[in-house]
Amino acid sequence: MSAVHAPAAPATGWKSWITTTDHKRIGMLYFFTAFGFFLIGGIEALMIRLQLAQPDGRLVSADTYNQLFTMHGTTMVFLALMPLSAAFFNYIIPLQIGARDVAFPRLNAFSYWVFLLGGLFINASWFAGPLFHAGHLNVAPNGGWFGYANLTERQYSPGPNIDFWLLGLQVLGIASLAAGFNFIVTILNMRAPGMRMMRLPVFSWMTLVTQFLVITAFPVITVALVLLMFDRFFGTHFYLPAAGGDPLLWQHLFWLFGHPEVYILILPAMGIISEVLPTFARKPLFGYTVVVYSGVLIGFMGWGVWSHHMFSVGLGPIADSVFSGTTMLIAVPTGVKIFNWIATLWGGQIRGTTALHFAVGFIAMFVIGGLSGVMHASPPADLQQTDTYFVVAHIHYVLFGGTILGLFAGTYYWWPKMTGRLLSETLGKWHFWLIIIGMNLAFFPMHFIGLLGMPRRIYTYSRDLGPGIATLNLVSTVGAFLIAVALLVFIWNLWRTRTHGQPAGDDPWGGATLEWTIPSPPPPYNFDFIPTVVSRLPRWSTTQMRAIPEGSPEESLPHVPSGSIWPLVTALGLPVLACAPLTHTLWLAFVGAGLLFFGIYRWAFEPFEV
Amino acid sequence: MTHAAAEHHTSMGVPSRKMAFWAFIGSECLLFGSLISTYLVYKGRSVVGPYPHEILNIPLTSFSTFDLLMSSLMMVLALAAVQRGDMKWGKIWLLSTALLGIVFLGMQTYEFTSFVREGLTLQTNLFGATFFVLTGTHGAHVTVGVIWLLTLFFRALQGKLGPEHALTVEISGLYWHFVDVVWIVIFTVVYLIQ
Repeated sequence: MSAVHAPAAPATGWKSWITTTDHKRIGMLYFFTAFGFFLIGGIEALMIRLQLAQPDGRLVSADTYNQLFTMHGTTMVFLALMPLSAAFFNYIIPLQIGARDVAFPRLNAFSYWVFLLGGLFINASWFAGPLFHAGHLNVAPNGGWFGYANLTERQYSPGPNIDFWLLGLQVLGIASLAAGFNFIVTILNMRAPGMRMMRLPVFSWMTLVTQFLVITAFPVITVALVLLMFDRFFGTHFYLPAAGGDPLLWQHLFWLFGHPEVYILILPAMGIISEVLPTFARKPLFGYTVVVYSGVLIGFMGWGVWSHHMFSVGLGPIADSVFSGTTMLIAVPTGVKIFNWIATLWGGQIRGTTALHFAVGFIAMFVIGGLSGVMHASPPADLQQTDTYFVVAHIHYVLFGGTILGLFAGTYYWWPKMTGRLLSETLGKWHFWLIIIGMNLAFFPMHFIGLLGMPRRIYTYSRDLGPGIATLNLVSTVGAFLIAVALLVFIWNLWRTRTHGQPAGDDPWGGATLEWTIPSPPPPYNFDFIPTVVSRLPRWSTTQMRAIPEGSPEESLPHVPSGSIWPLVTALGLPVLACAPLTHTLWLAFVGAGLLFFGIYRWAFEPFEV
Repeated sequence: MTHAAAEHHTSMGVPSRKMAFWAFIGSECLLFGSLISTYLVYKGRSVVGPYPHEILNIPLTSFSTFDLLMSSLMMVLALAAVQRGDMKWGKIWLLSTALLGIVFLGMQTYEFTSFVREGLTLQTNLFGATFFVLTGTHGAHVTVGVIWLLTLFFRALQGKLGPEHALTVEISGLYWHFVDVVWIVIFTVVYLIQ
C-alpha cells in the first residue's frame, strides 16, 4: 500500500524516547537493552569457561565463580532471552494482526521501564559491595539461578547477594505480567477485520500461548520469592526444617514456575521459525492447524511436568513415574512440530538466506537438546545426570541452540522491516557458521564431561577427575570464544547495516503476512487503512486482502501515538521500593510507594487516546 | 480511568480493559492459589503453639465475612446506579462499599493485634507465618480496593464520574467481587475446616 497521507514525522530526541508509547520504538528499546544484557551474560559465561579451561583454574575465586554462574543463568533467562522475545512481540505482533498499536500502549512502556530498571537493579550488585562494607564483585547473587532454599536462607547466605536476586526478580516479574496481560488482549482483541484466530500467523499464536504461561507462572514464583523474603527479612520459617518448614516447598513452587518458563523461552522461537521456514521454502506451513494445536497443548502440558526437575530428591515411585510419563508425553507435540517444519521444507523452493540457515540450525540443535531432554525424563537415567554437566549441555542445546538461534532467525528476517535495511548476507553466513561450530564445540563435549562425572557449579576440578576431562573442557572453552567471535561479526553486521545495508523495500522476502504490506520501517501509525483479511496468507492468496477504511473516513485518519512520562515515573517506584529492604531503610519504602501512587494517579487521569 | 474517547473495534466484542482485567484475575487466582496451597501443605506442622483451634475467633470472622459479602451487594447496586445514570445513589453505594471494606480492614487489624497479644506472630510458628502472609495479602488487596472505590467516589463528587464511566466502575466491581470470593475461600479453608 502506498502512503495515502503524508507520513507524520516521528518525534526525535531523548524526551521522545522516554515518553514513547509506540510499540515499534519500545520493541527497539527491548532489543538493544536485552542484547546488552545478553552480552553481559556472555562475558560471565566466558569467564566461567576461562576458569574451567584447564584443571585447577585460578582465574577467579570460588566466591566469584558462584556469582558468575548465578548471574549468567539469571541474566540469560530473565534479562536476555525473555526480553529479546519481547522485542519481537512488541515490534511484530501489532503488524502481523493488522493493528496500529498494542491494546495498552502506556502499560507497554511501563513493562519496558520496569524490565530495564529491574535488570539494572540486579546487575548493580556487581558494584554495590562498598555500600555493604564488602569489596566489589562480592555481593552479586550467588545461590544459583534456581536459588534453592534453604541455601538461600539468611543463616547460610547472610550477605545482600540473595536479597538483590529475590527483590530484582520480583520487580522483573511485574514487567512480565504487565506485558502478558497487554499481549493477550492485543492478540485476542485488536485483530484486523477478517483476521480470525485460525488465520493468525503462528508467531502471533505462539506469543499468545507464551503470554498465558507468563500470567499463570509468574504469580507462583512471586509467592515463592515473597515467602523467601519473609524468611530473610521478617524471621518466618517457610523453608527452614528446624521449625517444621520444608525446603521442598521452594523446589515445588520454583519449578511449578520454572517448567512453564522453559516453554515461555522456547515457544516464541518456535513461532519465529514457523514464519521463516514457509517464507524461504515458498510454501505454506505444513499442517498449520496441527502446529497451532501442538503449541497450545505444549502450553497446557507444560504445567504437568515440573517434578522432573526434582527426581533426585526422592519423591517416591508414584510421583516419579507420573512425572516421567508426562515428560515423555510432552515430547509428542514438540516432535509433531519438528516434523511439520521438515515437511514445510520438503519440496519447497528453498532460498538459502541467513534467516533460513538459523531456522534450520534451530531444528537440528533443538532436536539434540530435545533428545537429551527425553533422556532426563527417565528417573534412573536422570539420577546419573542430575547436577552434572550433562544437564548443562541439555539446557544449552535447547536455550542456545533453540531459543537463541530462533531469535537470530527472527533478527535476520525482521531487521529489514524494523530498520528499512537488509543485514549483510555474507556477514550473516559467517555469523551462522561460526555460531553453529562454536556452540557445538562449547556444548557437545559437556555431555561427555557430565557422564564422566564432572559436577556442575564447581569452581575448579582436579586433573585426576577423569580421563580426557581436561581436554574436553578446553575444547568447550574454545567453542565459547568462537561464539563470542560470531557475536562480534553480528554486531559488526548491525553497525554496518545502518549505513551500508541494502534498502529493504516493503517486502524483501516475499513474505505472506501483513507486516510485509507496509513500508519498512513502518510509519508511526503502521497502517494507512486497517486491512480486511480474507485468508491466512494474505500476500500469497489469489484473493488479495482488501484495504478498505474502517468506519467513516475521519476515523481512519492515521493515528500518531501520543507519549506519556507516567509509565516511567511509576516504574521508577519499584526499584526504589526494592532498595528499602535491601538497605534496611524505611524512608525509601515511602519514597518508592509515593512514586508508585503518584505515577499511577497521573497515568490514570491524564488524557490519552489509544 | 480516563474514558477512552472511542473504545476501539474489538475482535472479541469485549472491551479491552475488561478483558485485560479478567486476565489479571486469572493471574491473581494463581497467586492466591499458591498461598492457600502453602497454608494447606503446612497445616498441622507447627512445632509450637498457639495452634489454630486455640486462637481463631470464628464468630468475629463470620461477622467480617458477612460484612464483606454485604459490600459486594453494595458494589452491585453502585454499578447498577451508575449504569442508569443515577449518580446520587451511585455515590451512596460506592461510599457504602468502601466503608464496609474499611470495617473489614478494621476487624482484621483487631484480629491481628489480638493474635499478637496472645503470642502468635509471623515468627512464632508455621501457622503464624502462613496465616499472616495469606490473610495479610488478602487484606492488602482489600486496601487497594478501598482506595480505588474512594477514588471513584471522589471523582463522582467532583462530577467527573458519570454513566459514560460505567465500564470503569464495572471493572472496579470485578476486582471487589474477586477479592470477596477469595475471602470466602480463605474463610472456609482457614477458619471453618480446622
